[in-house]
Amino acid sequence: MDLTAFAAEVGPLSAGPVAAAGGLTQWDVGGESTPGTRLVHAPAGIDWIEPAEMTVRCGAGTTVADLATALAEQGQRVALPEWPGATVGGVLAVGRSGIRRLGDGPVRDAVLQIGAVRADGEVVTAGGPTVKNVSGYDLCRLFVGSLGTLVLLGDVILRTRPLPAARQWLAGPTPDPFALRRRLDRPTTVLWDGTTCWVLLEGHPLDVAAEAALARADGLVEVEGAPPLPSGDRRSIPPAEVRHLRGRFVAEVGVGVVHRVAPVPGPQVAPNPSIIALHGRLRERFDPTGRLNPGRSVLTSG
Amino acid sequence: MVAPATDALVADLVAALAPDRVRTGAMELGLYRSDASTLPGTAGVVCFPLTTAEVRACVATAARHGRSFVARGSGTGLAGGAVPVVVDGLPPVVIVTTKMNQVLSVDVDERVAWVQPGVLNLDLTKAVTRHGLHFAPDPSSQQSCSIGGNVATNSGGPHCLASGVTSMHVLAVEVVLPDATVALLGGLDPEPAGYDLRGAFVGGEGTLGIATAIAVRLTPNPPSVRTLLLDFTSVDDGAATVSAIIAGGLVPAALEMMDALITRAVEEFVHAGFPLDAAAVLIVELDGLPAGVEAAVDRVTEIGLAHGARTVRVAADEAERAAIWKGRKNAFGAIARIKPNYYLHDTVVPRARLVEVLRQVYAIAERHDLIVMNVFHAGDGNLHPLLVFDAREPGVLDRVHAAGEEIVRASVAAGGVLSGEHGIGLEKRDFMALMFTPTDLETQGWMRAAFDPAGRANPTKVLPTGSSCGDLQHVPEGAWI
Repeated sequence: MDLTAFAAEVGPLSAGPVAAAGGLTQWDVGGESTPGTRLVHAPAGIDWIEPAEMTVRCGAGTTVADLATALAEQGQRVALPEWPGATVGGVLAVGRSGIRRLGDGPVRDAVLQIGAVRADGEVVTAGGPTVKNVSGYDLCRLFVGSLGTLVLLGDVILRTRPLPAARQWLAGPTPDPFALRRRLDRPTTVLWDGTTCWVLLEGHPLDVAAEAALARADGLVEVEGAPPLPSGDRRSIPPAEVRHLRGRFVAEVGVGVVHRVAPVPGPQVAPNPSIIALHGRLRERFDPTGRLNPGRSVLTSG
Repeated sequence: MVAPATDALVADLVAALAPDRVRTGAMELGLYRSDASTLPGTAGVVCFPLTTAEVRACVATAARHGRSFVARGSGTGLAGGAVPVVVDGLPPVVIVTTKMNQVLSVDVDERVAWVQPGVLNLDLTKAVTRHGLHFAPDPSSQQSCSIGGNVATNSGGPHCLASGVTSMHVLAVEVVLPDATVALLGGLDPEPAGYDLRGAFVGGEGTLGIATAIAVRLTPNPPSVRTLLLDFTSVDDGAATVSAIIAGGLVPAALEMMDALITRAVEEFVHAGFPLDAAAVLIVELDGLPAGVEAAVDRVTEIGLAHGARTVRVAADEAERAAIWKGRKNAFGAIARIKPNYYLHDTVVPRARLVEVLRQVYAIAERHDLIVMNVFHAGDGNLHPLLVFDAREPGVLDRVHAAGEEIVRASVAAGGVLSGEHGIGLEKRDFMALMFTPTDLETQGWMRAAFDPAGRANPTKVLPTGSSCGDLQHVPEGAWI
C-alpha cells in the first residue's frame, strides 16, 4: 500500500504533535493524548489476500471486522480481536488480544510486516512478507503495543490461519477449570468467573464432539457463545495466579487476562530503573521531539 | 597481529570469576574464534560465567578495559553471529554461557520452564517429556544448540511451521544489558506493561545484551501424530504439492523437502527406507486430535497423488517415524560422504514461488560448476540450498561465494527474505540493503543504539556500516559473504 499520502498527513518533525486514530475503541489505554494533538488516519482497505501463502496485506485503518469478512470468504481468519469498530492499526498499536488468545496466540505473533511513518515523516518498513523471517531486528514486535509512540502504523502484512471446520461453546459449573483445560487438547478459549467455566472448542467436527464429551463429563453443557465480559477493568496477571482470584471477575484461564467491572486496588509494581531508562532511550531515538502521541504512557498501560 | 588481552583485563576477570573459568590459552582462543560458520575471528579472552552476577562482571570488566564483548552458547550458528571481531585493534571478551546449564523450574500446570541460557534445546524437551510436554523450536542442531543461542537467533526448525519460531515460545528473558545492568524483559503475564522489549531482544544476535535466564512456553505433546513420506519423479511436482497442501487449508506440523542427491546421501547414511531413485521426497507430519489428523492424512495423500506423487507412505509406527526424522535431521552429516565441505544457505521465498526459485538455484549451481543439494522447510518456503565442495580445490571458494550471493539475490527478487532462521550475523550483513531501505536500516539502528548506546555488544554484526551509530568494521579478510 502506498503510504505517501499518510506520511504527508503526518508531516515532518516541525508539523507538531500527532496521533493516529483508529476506531477509538481503546482510546483510554495509556492515558489521554496531550490536548492539541492532531489526529491522523491510516489508509483503509485490503491490498491482497494470498490464501495459498496464508497472508494478507491491508491498511492499518481497515476495520478488523471488514478484514475478517474478506478472509472468511477464503476460509481463513487472523488472530486479531474483532471488537466492533476496531481497526487493524488500533488493535496492533494497543496490542491487547481477544478471548481466543489461548488458541490463537498474542496479536503480535500475527504480524509479519509493518509499514509505518516515523516521527520525521519518513516511511519505514519493518519485518518481511514471508511467514518466516529473521532478517534484522524485530521492529514489528517493538511497534505492536507501542501506542503509536514510536511510529504510526500505516499498513501491515498479517499471517492468517484456516477457519476451523467446527466450533462449539460449552459452559457450566466446574470445580476445577484448570484441570479441565489440561484435559482438553488446545482449546481456543477457557473462561472462568470463580464458579462457571466457559470453553470454546474448534477443529474437526469429530474432534470437537469428542472434546465436548470431556467437557460435558465435567458438568458443562452446550451454549451459544461467550458470556458478556465486564469492561470496567482489564488486567494482565501470571496465569498461575488466576486460581487465587476473588470477587467478581471473568478470567482467561491459561492466559491471565482478567476482566472486571471496576479496578481492584492492589500493589503497583514500579518497573525496574533499567527498563525505564531503556524506554526513555527508545523514545529519544524514535521520537526526539516527543511529537508522537504525547501524553500516552506505555509503562502504565498494563 | 593483535595482542589478545592485557594482564590487567585477565586479572580483573579472574578476580570476578575464577582462574579456571577465564581462559587465554592458545587452544581456547582458537576454539572460540569462530562458530559453525567459516568466518574467522579473534578472541581476546574466553570467560565461562556460572551466574547472572558473573555475566554482569564480565560485561562491566570488558567495558572498563575498553573492550567489546561477544556472548555465545554452543557455537552452532551458521551466520557468524558469535564470531569475535577485533574492534579498534582490540579482540573482544568472549562470554560463553554453556556452563549456565540448569533447568531452574518447571511449572507443569501452566506449561512454563525457566532455564539458564546454556541448557541444550533437546535437553529441555527430555527434561519435560515425562510431563507430556516439549519445547517446540527444534533446529536440526537441537542436540547441541543452546536455548540462549536459540533466543539470540530466533531459531526455527521443522516443527515451527505450525507452532512458530523461538520468539513465540519465549515469555520472559532476564538479560544483562550492555551497560551491565540487569533487566527482566517480558513476563509470565500475557501483556506486560511497556514496549515488547522481550520481542525486540529475541533474534538480536547478541547485540542487545546477554540472556541469563529464559522463561519458555512448553507445548503439550499432540495426542495423535502421523508422518507421511511422499516421493516424486520431479522436484517441481514436490514443490507444487507443498503449495497445494497450504492452499488446501492444511497446516501440517512439519512439511520438509529433500531433493534427489540429499535423499540418496541420507539413505546411505541412516537406511530409513527413502527411495533412492526419487527426484524429491516430502516429509509431512500431521498432529492434533485423531479425527482431524486422519482427515488431513487423507487430504495430503489425495493432493500428493494429484500432483504426481509416485508413492505415499504413512509411517506405521513410532520406529518408522523416528527413522524418517533421523534421516532428515542428520542430512548435513550425510553430506560428508559426497564432499568434505559444505556451505549452507538460508533464505525464505513465498511458498507459491518455490518451484521457480528452486529451478534458479539449480541453474546457478550449474553455472558455477558446483553441486547443490536441497533439504529444507518447504512448508514455510524456507530454502536451505547446500553447496558442497572440496575446499582443497583451487578457486572453488570464489565460485561458492558467487553462487551463494546469486541464490540470496534470487530469493529476495522473488519476494523473499534474507534469512528464515539462521540470522544475519556477519554472513548476510552486507546483503541487508537488498531487502531494506537506508531508512529501514537506520530505524533498526535506533533500536540497537537504545539497547547499546556505547556499541559494545557484539559490534559489527547484523547492520551494515553506516546504519548505526557505532563505528562499524568491515567483514574480516577471507570472510564469506
